Amino acid sequence: MSITYLEAIRAAQERALEEDPRVFIYGQDVGSFGGAFKATKNLAQRFPGRVIDAPISEDAMVGMAIGAAIEGMRPIIEMQFADFSMPGFNQVVNNAATLFWRTQVPCPITIRLPSGGTSGSGPFHSQCLETLYAHFPGLIVMTPATVEDAYSMLLEAVALDDPVVFCEHKLLYYHLKAECLPSEAMPVGKARIARPGRDMTIVAHSAMVHEALAAAGELASDDGTEIEVVDLRSVKPLDTDTVMASVARTGRLLCVGESWPWGGVTAEVIARVACEGFALLDAPPQRLNAKDTPVPYHPNLWKVHRPTAGSIAEAARKLLRS
Amino acid sequence: MVQRTSSGGATVELSTAREEYIQAFRLMILGRILDEKFATLYRAGKIHGGVFIGRGQEALSVSIGIALREGDVFAPLIRDQAGRLAFGETILDAARTYFGSVQGPMRGRDGNVHRGRPREGYLPMISHLGAMISVVNGTLFAKRMKGLTGFVGAACIGDGATSTGSFHEALNQAAIEKLPLVLIVANNQYAYSTPTSRQFACHTLADKAPGYGIEASQVDGTDLGSCLRVVGEAVKRARKGSGPQMVVATLLRLCGHGEHDDAHYVDPKLKASPMGRDCLNVAEGYLREKRWADDVILESWRQEAVDQVETAIAKVQREPAPDPLKENWCALAARHLTEVFPEV
Repeated sequence: MSITYLEAIRAAQERALEEDPRVFIYGQDVGSFGGAFKATKNLAQRFPGRVIDAPISEDAMVGMAIGAAIEGMRPIIEMQFADFSMPGFNQVVNNAATLFWRTQVPCPITIRLPSGGTSGSGPFHSQCLETLYAHFPGLIVMTPATVEDAYSMLLEAVALDDPVVFCEHKLLYYHLKAECLPSEAMPVGKARIARPGRDMTIVAHSAMVHEALAAAGELASDDGTEIEVVDLRSVKPLDTDTVMASVARTGRLLCVGESWPWGGVTAEVIARVACEGFALLDAPPQRLNAKDTPVPYHPNLWKVHRPTAGSIAEAARKLLRS
Repeated sequence: MVQRTSSGGATVELSTAREEYIQAFRLMILGRILDEKFATLYRAGKIHGGVFIGRGQEALSVSIGIALREGDVFAPLIRDQAGRLAFGETILDAARTYFGSVQGPMRGRDGNVHRGRPREGYLPMISHLGAMISVVNGTLFAKRMKGLTGFVGAACIGDGATSTGSFHEALNQAAIEKLPLVLIVANNQYAYSTPTSRQFACHTLADKAPGYGIEASQVDGTDLGSCLRVVGEAVKRARKGSGPQMVVATLLRLCGHGEHDDAHYVDPKLKASPMGRDCLNVAEGYLREKRWADDVILESWRQEAVDQVETAIAKVQREPAPDPLKENWCALAARHLTEVFPEV
């Protein structure tokens, strides 16, 4: 018996609905249809009136969630794709994210963003938007890279009193599998050492963790280089301590992200390490992001647009020589 | 409410109407005087940021505030001082928000018209027009999920907000869910300096409602009696389950967008037209005509409002300003995270 990343997301929502009467799910096609990716399959049947189809109105979907949260509910909003959260962006960053600061009334909403590129999805069904949301105060931004984290972090997202942007990666939906759901979990905000090593640190999150692990495996079998891979798990909070401790061990830092190069998570990690741990570095820190164009459609273009195990291994070799 | 007498239903109804009219009028005076006080303080440099007043919109505003009751939800906009007071906001809350007092509901973190007490159904607006309508929808949706009945939620907007995507999405959403939403549209002829001819091309804003499958009514926003009746009926319809209601009031903004704005662009023809009447004068004329008030009574009401405002303002002006060193610079409610990650 094995469970996929997507099934874990469904299972977490099922458990949240089961255990907490304040939870409901609102999103396009999430009801009897079960969602565009089937992340809410059979939940409407099992929890009548609590898994509700929304019109194609992302602004009003988030607004509705904020109002429900003020009334003490814990809504989960499913955006059909992360890209489509943009019409609701104002409600997330200006309304939900400011409510607690302004009024001391918490806004416990979870906004699920099926994120990231898959081959053939093109410019408007492929975006990674964690950078945008992480920029705004008052939000928590989660980027689970494993089946276990997809499950436990979604449960924690629903339990937290703050608005959480939950960036689940579509490329991991079906391929990533675990033997079973976790019974315990690391707390949110804590990064994980996905692979220990002593020669270099690669910091990644979401699907890039797996590309980084593949690159680390390639280098290890090539010449025995031992790369440490840090999975951030959440980009806000960002676990600077774990990153810094890793850099202290390795002296070299490569940050990998699937979003665009201007600013972003990779820039933030490097800024923090450079400011607080410059002396730990034996070489200038490096970053690898997607190319600065919209995400392309054709697989030939798509596979070189984003960092891959190959391009990460190449960047790592270069950094090891410097 | 009036004392019930044995003199028959018609008398009771008449007395109720009179009591309601007088109550509403006195709240209009209080709103106007409070607004004028804020404007004076602004000109004296005592208030940081802008001051936005509801001059000319008090009749409409008070009518929605007065029609709501405990358990209802209210999301006012910038020109709703009268409605806020009618809904139960204290003068102290208003003044403390303008002065940024830490004893106010927003504690200096937000100011002027951006105030509320969400737990009490009084929602604090953000500046993005139309955004609060779907938030009201959410409160109503949740109340229904919790099994509550008999509640309504009101959101106030102006003609400008009817051009936003948020307005469209929220009205459509309210109609789909058949929520007890009452949307009050104050068509005050200008969104800042933009006249209605550059805002919409439909004959009247009420024409938009049938497109969403909801009911709309129109009212002369300068006439308190009409506003009380039309808004009151819309609230009743929503309360008994007839779905979302839209009320479009025609009136003229008798001030600038904010106190920084001299409103030189307002068409003199509009000022001279019936919609340019001051709703307070109209209501005062009605009170005199019905002999419900005379000079002495009107002056006593005014003086009482002035005293209330002066007392509250004097108190708030003595309160300490927020101290940046004592401020908790954290936007998250999840305390355990903020302790571990101070930079969040």
